[in-house]
Amino acid sequence: MDTRFTRGKSNILERPLTRPKTEVSVSAFALLYSEMVQYCQSRVYSVSELQTRLADMGQSVGASLLDVLVLREKNGKRETKVLNMLLFIKVNVWKSLFGKEADKLDGFPAKVTAHWHKGTTLMIKFNDSVIARDKALDGR
Amino acid sequence: MKRLCLQNKNSELFTLTYGALVTQLCKDYENDEEVNKQLDKMGYNIGVRLIEDFLARSSIGRCQDFRETADVIAKVAFKMYLGITPSVTNWSPAGDEFSLILENNPLVDFVELPDNHSTLVYSSLLCGVLRGALEMVQMAVDVRFAQDTLRGDSVTEIRMKFIKRIEENLPAGDE
Repeated sequence: MDTRFTRGKSNILERPLTRPKTEVSVSAFALLYSEMVQYCQSRVYSVSELQTRLADMGQSVGASLLDVLVLREKNGKRETKVLNMLLFIKVNVWKSLFGKEADKLDGFPAKVTAHWHKGTTLMIKFNDSVIARDKALDGR
Repeated sequence: MKRLCLQNKNSELFTLTYGALVTQLCKDYENDEEVNKQLDKMGYNIGVRLIEDFLARSSIGRCQDFRETADVIAKVAFKMYLGITPSVTNWSPAGDEFSLILENNPLVDFVELPDNHSTLVYSSLLCGVLRGALEMVQMAVDVRFAQDTLRGDSVTEIRMKFIKRIEENLPAGDE
């Protein structure tokens, strides 16, 4: 039984990370997501807890997605500067998630919250330390 | 009836999202059997809604028999929602049981089961979806995984058995 598992493991690590060819329908994703929201809703007592739970799930998705996209689009070089990271999100991440680029990039504040105002805007509030570091990098 | 346009997305987000769900369930529940049950239940809820979406988009009429049902599931429904076409095989002599063989499964791309979750049936959601959807068209079926690539088998095999036709006036299943 052990060899069966180790054999499976090494095989996965050798597979290429190219874009998968299968396409799933939007409905499949929407149905899955809606079920996930309902599941979280049944286990929390407030809206903010619900948002936190969903955000937690999203975080693991984002972390994996970042690795894959960076490898594919930029040969493994991650952005460390704020503006470039935002552009990366606007172009690559959005394209892989939703099939097209995000519409606008507005101002930069890094805590991400969702606001509903003429369509969905995601506001990203950056930590002061990140801004300071960015300034330091510019100065170099 | 106007045919609804079906957008397709790349399967990565879907695979990752499903992975996040299974991970969350593993944290919330103490053992694999509970997670399997929960996935199946969520799948069932999805299935009862999916069937309406399916019937609206495919304009397929009522199937004459279980064989036709099997073909529709494999060639139309799986293709429409998951972009794959499993093959239908291993019919029982009575014609009430068959297998769907999936050579690849978007739910499990790049997934491997850690050793401490060896009894987890990762794609349990699919069983629930199939069961829920068919129940809405008056068919009670039993769906289970006979083979699973995540547990070392060479293909994934879903076994579907027809139990009985559901009368319209009886209350829905025990979920």
